[in-house]
Amino acid sequence: MNRGPLIFLGLFFALASSWYGMVLEPQLELGRLVETNSVSAGETYPVPRPGQANQGLQVYRANGCVECHSQQVRPTPADLERWGKRRTVAEDYLYDRPVPLGAQRVGPDLANLALRPRTEAWHLAHLYAPRSVVPGSTMPPYPFLFETRKRGARPSPDALQLPAGFAPPPGWEVVPKPEANALVAYLNSLKADAALFDAPLPLPPRATNAVAGTNAPASATSRQHE
Amino acid sequence: MSALPAPQPALAASAESDASCRVPLLVLFVSAALWLALGSVFSLIASIKFHAPAFLAGNGWLTYGRVLPAGANALLYGFALPAGLGVALWLLARLGRTPLAWPGLVVVAALFWNFGVATGLLGILGGDTTGFAWLEMPRYAWPLLFTAYLGIGVSALLTFYRRRVSGLYVSQWFLLAALFWFPWVYSTANVLLTCVPVRGVVQAAVAWWFANNLGTVCLGFFGLAAIFYFLPKLTGRPLHSLYLAMFAFWTLALFGSWMGVAPGSPLPAWMPAVSTAGAVLCLIPLLAVAVNCGHTLAGETARWKSDTSFAFILFGVAAWTVAGVLGAVTAIPEVSALTHFTWLERAQSQLFVFGFFAMTMFGAVYHIVPRLVPGGALCPKMMRLHFWCAALGTIALVLPLAVGGVVQGLALNQPDTAFTDTMKLTLPYLRVSTLGDLLIAVGNVTLVVNFGYLLGNCCRACCVPAWKAVTTRPPQPAGATP
Ligand code: HEC
Repeated sequence: MNRGPLIFLGLFFALASSWYGMVLEPQLELGRLVETNSVSAGETYPVPRPGQANQGLQVYRANGCVECHSQQVRPTPADLERWGKRRTVAEDYLYDRPVPLGAQRVGPDLANLALRPRTEAWHLAHLYAPRSVVPGSTMPPYPFLFETRKRGARPSPDALQLPAGFAPPPGWEVVPKPEANALVAYLNSLKADAALFDAPLPLPPRATNAVAGTNAPASATSRQHE
Repeated sequence: MSALPAPQPALAASAESDASCRVPLLVLFVSAALWLALGSVFSLIASIKFHAPAFLAGNGWLTYGRVLPAGANALLYGFALPAGLGVALWLLARLGRTPLAWPGLVVVAALFWNFGVATGLLGILGGDTTGFAWLEMPRYAWPLLFTAYLGIGVSALLTFYRRRVSGLYVSQWFLLAALFWFPWVYSTANVLLTCVPVRGVVQAAVAWWFANNLGTVCLGFFGLAAIFYFLPKLTGRPLHSLYLAMFAFWTLALFGSWMGVAPGSPLPAWMPAVSTAGAVLCLIPLLAVAVNCGHTLAGETARWKSDTSFAFILFGVAAWTVAGVLGAVTAIPEVSALTHFTWLERAQSQLFVFGFFAMTMFGAVYHIVPRLVPGGALCPKMMRLHFWCAALGTIALVLPLAVGGVVQGLALNQPDTAFTDTMKLTLPYLRVSTLGDLLIAVGNVTLVVNFGYLLGNCCRACCVPAWKAVTTRPPQPAGATP
């Protein structure tokens, strides 16, 4: 028996149907998705990220932050309690390329990072040496996004304030390269909290600090705010 | 359909097909082994970073987010696919009792493929990753791989077409399917992500569709083709049921290709639902394969003690079964709520790619390579060492990650547990798993050394005398070299 052509047809049908369902159909459904109006404020959502934040997304991509950080809030009680006020939906990612959804939570979910109390200085110190702000952090340091250089007559205004043990030797200073600043601009643009028709906020609205308080590495928040 | 994979193959035909495979397959297998060893070093580096995050963190090239995907890509595109293709070429020639078609093309294509892998890995380490799992290779690398694949695919199809045996054995079905699957999913995904990019979450849908079709389906087909050939071959018992194997074939093609979207993903709700259904239905081919292998093996499993190729393949069958059950269970929404985003998923994918696929390929390659080189022999002790390192390494890698993943998931689902505490809870498991990475790396180096041993012996046996004959004859009297 020689069923070569039949096998081929069957395989073609199997793969073509999954290609149609899982690739073409979502493209037809979502590919032409446009901005919508948020429910309460009536504002256009989403707005494209500003240029610097978009460059920051490329730094995020290039260094593989996505290997450890997800950016999705699922509609499960635990996710809603810990990571966001509502589930994330297609609209939240409209302008990103690539879309860094992530597959692991070695680090915290970052979909609503900008809603947590983190200053720019905190982010920069954290990227330069995570353990300088979160003791015992397993996040890798990114010293190559910074420049360690001899301090001039006057320290530069953007030099990092680092605790002992992480600070450079006396007479030297650590300043962020443009990549680091772009990355922080991106991190500060991460939020998915607009009320949408297909993803309304739960009623009564949860206090924002419920999100911030539980997400935060406990020690880090208290250090920063006390 | 022929009933058996040529149990008593015409000796002349197989010698002929082995000779035609010699150079192309040695190129494929040796380079695959080198990439494999390099990839396991990358994975080891990534793992060590959980002991000391500052390890090799000074410059971007070896930061965690780059070495980890570099290791995965070296394993997948450096080792798994070339090894799968090499085994496919050999099986198609062997089962068709015909020489390999256009071996020269395969050699050129294999070299080109390796060039593509090198380019892609350098791209990833240099920061040009696309950011999508299993598709990290940048826009300037994947067309090289795709073109090279076409060369190998043409030779495979031509070899199949020129077969001198009229019936088809199931392994040939599986191989044809794998050869057909890869170019379609690889080109679609890369084009839609890097050339004419789709918008928003459609990118994620494409990437998930690809990763699932490459792993579950394409590697599944390659691996099962080898299993269905080698189990009967090495045990001397016929495959229990050809119809069960065909049943597994069709159900895997139909259901397996829909998996990959986790519950709760920001896509239209029907997509994760369909994916879950596909994953659960995939228990059908899983069961069919397990029953078929079980009956074929009945009473023969003890052979693993004496036959290393068989031991590898037996491990592969076991890992395929466990990984498949894990994949189906974790696709159920209630379970996924706990296990998604945890180390358990990594454990599952390692068990599939290394425990099932790579182990099966090792078994096949150890059977094939000595037949390619006349008088060639691999060192059996080193093979044994490789088996133990790989088997124990897989267990030492997968088990802690799986347990750690459940611990992590339980902690993350407890909203009052601070995130840093969930991080600290998983750390001991991650650190134990480094041992697994280390053992696997040692095993992979043994494979390289063993190939070196075989080629070295072969050189000493034929190339060196030939070279001596050429270089030393003129000044010496004819009697000096008998
Ligand atoms: C090896 C895994 C890993 C990688 C890679 C990684 N992180 Fe992290 N990240 C963590 C862990 C663990 C934490 C929690 C501890 C901490 O805050 O340092 C964290 C925390 C964070 C936080 C604080 C979140 C919060 O809510 O407090 C930010 C912001 C962050 N990471 C950004 C990044 C960026 C940007 C990158 C890429 C340049 C990156 N991470 C790469 C593991 C990782």
